[in-house]
Amino acid sequence: MNKTINQKAWYFVIPVFVLVAFNAAIPLMTVVNYSFQETFGNNVFAWEGTRWFKQILLSERFHASLGRQFAFTFIILLIQIPLGIGIALTMPKKGWGVPVCLILMSMPLLIPWNVVGAMWNIFALPDIGFLGYSLNAMGFDYNFTQQPGDAWFTTILMDVWHWTSLVVLLSYAGLNSIQPAYYQAAEIDGASRWATFRYIELPKMKKVLTLAILLRFMDSFMIYTEPFVLTGGGPGNTTAFLSIDLVKMALGQFDLGPAAAMSLIYFFIVLLVCWVFYNLMMKNEAQS
Amino acid sequence: MKKYKWLVPTLYIIFLMLPIYWLINMSFKTTTEIINTYSLWPQKFTTENYVKIFTDSTWYMGYVNSITYTVFNTVISVAAALPAAYAFSRYKFLGDKHLFFWLLTNRMAPPAVFALPFFQFYSSVNLFDTHIAVALSHCLFNIPLAVWILEGFMSAVPKELDETAYVDGYSFGRFFFKIFVPTIAAGIGITMFFCFMFSWVELLLAKTLTATAAKPIAATMTRTASTSGYELGLLAAAGTLTIIPGAIVIYFVKNYIAKGFAMGRV
Repeated sequence: MNKTINQKAWYFVIPVFVLVAFNAAIPLMTVVNYSFQETFGNNVFAWEGTRWFKQILLSERFHASLGRQFAFTFIILLIQIPLGIGIALTMPKKGWGVPVCLILMSMPLLIPWNVVGAMWNIFALPDIGFLGYSLNAMGFDYNFTQQPGDAWFTTILMDVWHWTSLVVLLSYAGLNSIQPAYYQAAEIDGASRWATFRYIELPKMKKVLTLAILLRFMDSFMIYTEPFVLTGGGPGNTTAFLSIDLVKMALGQFDLGPAAAMSLIYFFIVLLVCWVFYNLMMKNEAQS
Repeated sequence: MKKYKWLVPTLYIIFLMLPIYWLINMSFKTTTEIINTYSLWPQKFTTENYVKIFTDSTWYMGYVNSITYTVFNTVISVAAALPAAYAFSRYKFLGDKHLFFWLLTNRMAPPAVFALPFFQFYSSVNLFDTHIAVALSHCLFNIPLAVWILEGFMSAVPKELDETAYVDGYSFGRFFFKIFVPTIAAGIGITMFFCFMFSWVELLLAKTLTATAAKPIAATMTRTASTSGYELGLLAAAGTLTIIPGAIVIYFVKNYIAKGFAMGRV
């Protein structure tokens, strides 16, 4: 759409600008403030320069949690995106099945995150949970509170349970926007199911899929409540992702300086990845 | 192959429903039964967990608090995002692209980063432990999202609609509320759904910004768990009840979801 240049449009943006600035800029400045100083309580501060940043960037603890975070995000994207597309492709297109699927599939998205964690905790406990009990009955030695591998398995399964539906909903919307004429043309050309998917459905879903990947990346990178309630970051530190580690440092140990520096580095990483994605997305939109 | 196509969504839905069923199952058991026996359905069916929640004000007020700030947040976010999204979809102005990306960055900010500064900030402006504090803090991620979704819907509406209305002598206000808003009603429905969803499920900020007067149900649950030992039955009942508002919202927007998603960006 060709847009007209109108500087007065700023008036429309002012409410949003003020609300978000009030919420983002002021607190963010506090974080920046802490990240360069040492606090002694009672509002006494000493300038520390970049010491905290160096400390965090060189600390093994940060490397470990960052590594875990990337591994987790990578694995859930690898599972959720193809699974979501697959389910969207097999969903009914009309009839009573559509609302039933949509309502039931949206359910996990609307459950408070700590309830998700608590629910999966109860569900996976080896003695009283359906999942834990069944796995043990089948002969697996499963206990997510003690074995790191099981803890990872449970956390990933929980995230797949929680968020795959978002990918499904987005892909389904993308698929629905394809006009029947495309399918008819494919049929006339005798295209295989795979060719139809590869050359018609996938390109049409590109926009929503980029969005799905972007949203899933951002949210899984900030994940806190669910694993915190499910495993508490344990056993040991094996499921302590970035946010869990950060909150532990900031509110648990009250190391404000390093925690603030870590916050900024953390935010910067998310920002960097999203900026790349955003530009790719905008380029796609400009092309289409 | 076509014949078995329904199997995939069906299996997926069963997978989704299992943990929810388990939670409901637990909520009708007594805590002793949960700890001592494993059973697929309650052996001694009891509703005492629910009775406790509906008669104890610390419990049911949690729901009232959560719903209050969620509704506040949804209204604020959509009201502020409507004109902004219109500006982004229709006009070019100084710094528009940067502003749009800056807004999105706030959707990307990990809430854990903001927990402590928010606590200090809202305490210093005397808003700590109020519904409005939580509602405003959730604007951090809901306003960018609302602008983003609405902008997608508005861009799908041809500009000729605006121009024709002006030619017909409509003022901007009349055009916006009488013609434009009804045109993108589906988009507004979807946006409200997402704002409600993200505000309802968020806990970290809601918990950090409240103590007693505005404490969300989700925080009530975690605190009970840590102070009086694990009352699993009660927790399960409280958890089950948190699913209901979401289910109601989904029911109302179900027709919009499929149609709306396709039109806009989300």
